[in-house]
This record gives sequence, C-alpha cells and structure tokens, in this order.
Amino acid sequence: MATTLTNFNRAPLHWFAPVTRVRALTLLAAALVWEGVARSGWLYEGVVPPLTAVARAFVVLLVTGDTYHHLAVTAWEVAAGFGIGLVAGIAFGILMGARPFFGRAMAPYVDGLATAPKIIFLPIVMLLFGVGITSKIALGALSAFFPVTLNTAAGMHGISPVLIRVGRSFRLSRAQMVRMIYLPALRGSIIVSMRLGLGVAIIGVLLAEIKLADRGLGFLAIDHYNQFRIPDMYALLLFIFILAIGANVLIGRLSPRR
Amino acid sequence: MTAERHGRAVAAGLVGLAAVAALLEFVIRAGLVSPLIVAPPSSLPQAFALLAREGYLVAPFLITMAQAFAATALAAAVGVPLGFILWRRPLLGRAYEPWLGAAFAAPLILLYPLFLVIFGRGYATTVVVGALAAFIPIVLQTRAGLLGVPPVLINVGRSFHLSEPRLLWKIIFPAAAPAIFTGLRLALIYALVNIIGIEFLIDFGGLGRVVSQMYFQYQIPAMYAAIVLIVIVSLVFLSLLQRLETWWRPR
Repeated sequence: MATTLTNFNRAPLHWFAPVTRVRALTLLAAALVWEGVARSGWLYEGVVPPLTAVARAFVVLLVTGDTYHHLAVTAWEVAAGFGIGLVAGIAFGILMGARPFFGRAMAPYVDGLATAPKIIFLPIVMLLFGVGITSKIALGALSAFFPVTLNTAAGMHGISPVLIRVGRSFRLSRAQMVRMIYLPALRGSIIVSMRLGLGVAIIGVLLAEIKLADRGLGFLAIDHYNQFRIPDMYALLLFIFILAIGANVLIGRLSPRR
Repeated sequence: MTAERHGRAVAAGLVGLAAVAALLEFVIRAGLVSPLIVAPPSSLPQAFALLAREGYLVAPFLITMAQAFAATALAAAVGVPLGFILWRRPLLGRAYEPWLGAAFAAPLILLYPLFLVIFGRGYATTVVVGALAAFIPIVLQTRAGLLGVPPVLINVGRSFHLSEPRLLWKIIFPAAAPAIFTGLRLALIYALVNIIGIEFLIDFGGLGRVVSQMYFQYQIPAMYAAIVLIVIVSLVFLSLLQRLETWWRPR
C-alpha cells in the first residue's frame, strides 16, 4: 500500500497535496475499520458503536446546554490551576537558576516529583481542600508546577552570563533583576513552559474529576461510562481531545516564528 | 571540586528535607493541622511496616513494574517497525509525524474509559493504556534516529557493496540505536507513570491501587507512605535508566 501511495505522489494532481491525501485516506480507512468492527458483532453490542451513532451523540452534545455548564467548570479549574502553577513554577525556576546551590539542593526532589504521576496526590489534595472544585484547581496547579519549574530552571542556565553581569553592574535590585533581565531573557522558555504546563494541567484536572467529582467534563465522561451511554462517552472524549489539542495549538501560536 | 560542591548541595537538600519534616511534625503535634489530614512524618516508618506486613509493598511494586515493561515491549513491537516505515517512506513520515506530535500533547490517558469498555477492568486495559503512552516517543525517536544516521556511514557501506539488508543491520540500525534507546527510556517512564495513574483511577493492579485503597479505608499514614513510595520509585527508576543510557552509549 505504501508503494502505491508514493507513486500517487507523482501523479499530476497538484491541487491536492500528497500529504493531505495520505491523511484523508488514513482517516477514511480508520472510519471503515471502525464501522466494520461495529457492524461485525465481534465485540459486545454497544462497545464499539457505529460512527453514525457517535456523530449523532456529538451533535446532541454540542447543542445541549448542560455540556457547557460542565465545560465552564472544567475551564475554570484548568485556568486557575494552570495560572497558579505557571506563576509559582516560573518563580521557583528563577530561584533555582539564580541560586545554583539552592538549585542543586532542590534538583533531586523536583525531578522525583516531576516524574511521579500527579494524580496520586489527589487524596492529599482532597484531604486538604475537600472534594470540590478547589481540589481540582490544586491538582491542576500541582501538575503544571513541575514541568514549568524544570523548564524555567533550564532556561535560566541558558541566559548569557553577560546579561546577568550587565544587570549586576547596574546594581539592579532583586526585583529589577527578575523584571528587567530574567523574565525578558526567559520569554522563549516561558512559552514552552506554558505549553507543557497547560497540557498537564488539563490532564490533572480531568483525571481528578473522573476520580471524584459531581461536575466537569471528566465527571460527565465517567458518568456516561457508568451509565453505559457509550456513544455519548466517545463523543465527549472526542470533544475533550479537540479542545485540548486546540488549546495547545493556540499557545503554540504565541511562540515567535523563526 | 564540582563533585564536592555537588555533594554539599545534596547534603543541604537533605537537611532542608529534614527541616520540613520537623516543621510538619511540630505543626501537627501543636494541633495546628489535624493528623487526619497530614500524616505526621514520624508515623511513616510504622506505616511502611504496616504496608509491608499486609503485602501492600513488594507485590504491588512488582505488579506495576511488570506492567510497565510489558507495555513498553508491546509499544516497541509496534513502534519501532512503524518508525522504520515512516523513515523509509518519507511521504508517510511527513503525513503522520505532526499527528504523532499532536498526540504527544493530547491527554491520551483520558482514553482509558474507552479501553475499559473494550477490555474490561483488567490488566489488558492498564497495559494498553501504558503502551499507548509509550508508543509515541518510540516511533518519533526511531524515525529521528534513522534520519540522523550520517550519510557518510551509508556511503561507506555502499562502497563495500553491502546488500540492502546488510546495510540496514550492520550500519543503519546500529547508528540509530542510541536515539531508539532514548525513545525506549522515555517510553518506560511514560508507561510507568500512566499505569500507576490508571491503577489509582480504577482501583486495580499495583502501586496506584494501594494509594486509592488506603484513602478509601481512611488509613492516612499508610496512604502517605504509599505516595512517598511511588515518588521514590519514579525517581530511582528515572535515574537508573539515565545512568544505564550514559553507560551504554558510546562516547
């Protein structure tokens, strides 16, 4: 199949780029396989619903007001958690970079916590903040904090020592150093941090909602699952993925094009 | 000199950790924070002993690790050949690479209800979700490694009139191996992290399940001990793999 596709490449159809054609064919093939499995009866009925059912569920989801209530809750949790994690992570990352001894002392703990799955901190967060929205915000913040910290600290190492010496020779105060030297020099790595942080904050919030909540898109997804409303669950997962990838693309647009 | 400075920093970090633990202990003993919310650090050794006695330590650790390795093996069995195909057929590579990049940013772990529906609440679900997370770095690193093979090496092979398969096995794959290994290392970590997360979410399997269980049984010190254990396991696993990679990679 691969060979035919490459040969296709040389066909004089310029109005349709070969890459686009491969992707369109792939999507078509995936849809056909899905539909085939759905209609074959190999799996329990309803486990893989036909695409038409998922499409119908998707339309229903888009026109139901309830969806947007849950979306608003999740969006607020993600925004607040991401904001807190981002600001705290940048501050801590700058501190680790500006004070190398402190940075080296903290590195093992930050690395260890950054690697560990954040969702296992949910019980602690729920004990501290209850099972409501605050616990989801806290988990989002916790998720965003570590990649942002690591990335900012790495960005600090990349700042030219000349810039820092310039700042010192002007006898800038600590706050001035941060505002006039570090933050402008970190611009690129902060944008990368935002991408990383937003992605994990979304995951953290949604998983927390799945585990224990009474509202939000994560709750809605697991509620569909528990009630065995499978087409609705697939449609909602699709909705969540579109939003998550869309948010990532939007933040990616911020980065200066080279 | 640097090693000594590094050692001093690590020592300072340990002192800092001890200070935080002492502060927590003080705040809890003084009644400012309830021990039912934050377990006093002094209760952790006993909690670990409890976990060990009840079989919540070694067996869950082994179960989680076995799943992480199984997931990575599964991901490699699919991902390395796929990375190879994406390298061999540049059109496919250009078509799919951005998709894989986007999937990297997408919350893949959220697909787990889908696998719960298909496979039920069992090891098939946890391993497949882990493999899904592990799959992407393997494909991307395999393709990147193959693309990064210096053309000089390939030309040397051709000047020795190596057949195509021999060229692949003797020159191209060995040259791409370090990048593929990096992919495998990332894959193992992603698999481990995602599997622990799923275990916690669906109350099934190894280490993640222990945290969930201790929370619902309201065994607060044991829950904290299990969380500390997961953090330590992640950190040790991460640094072991990094060491293995630097030791193995020819300088």
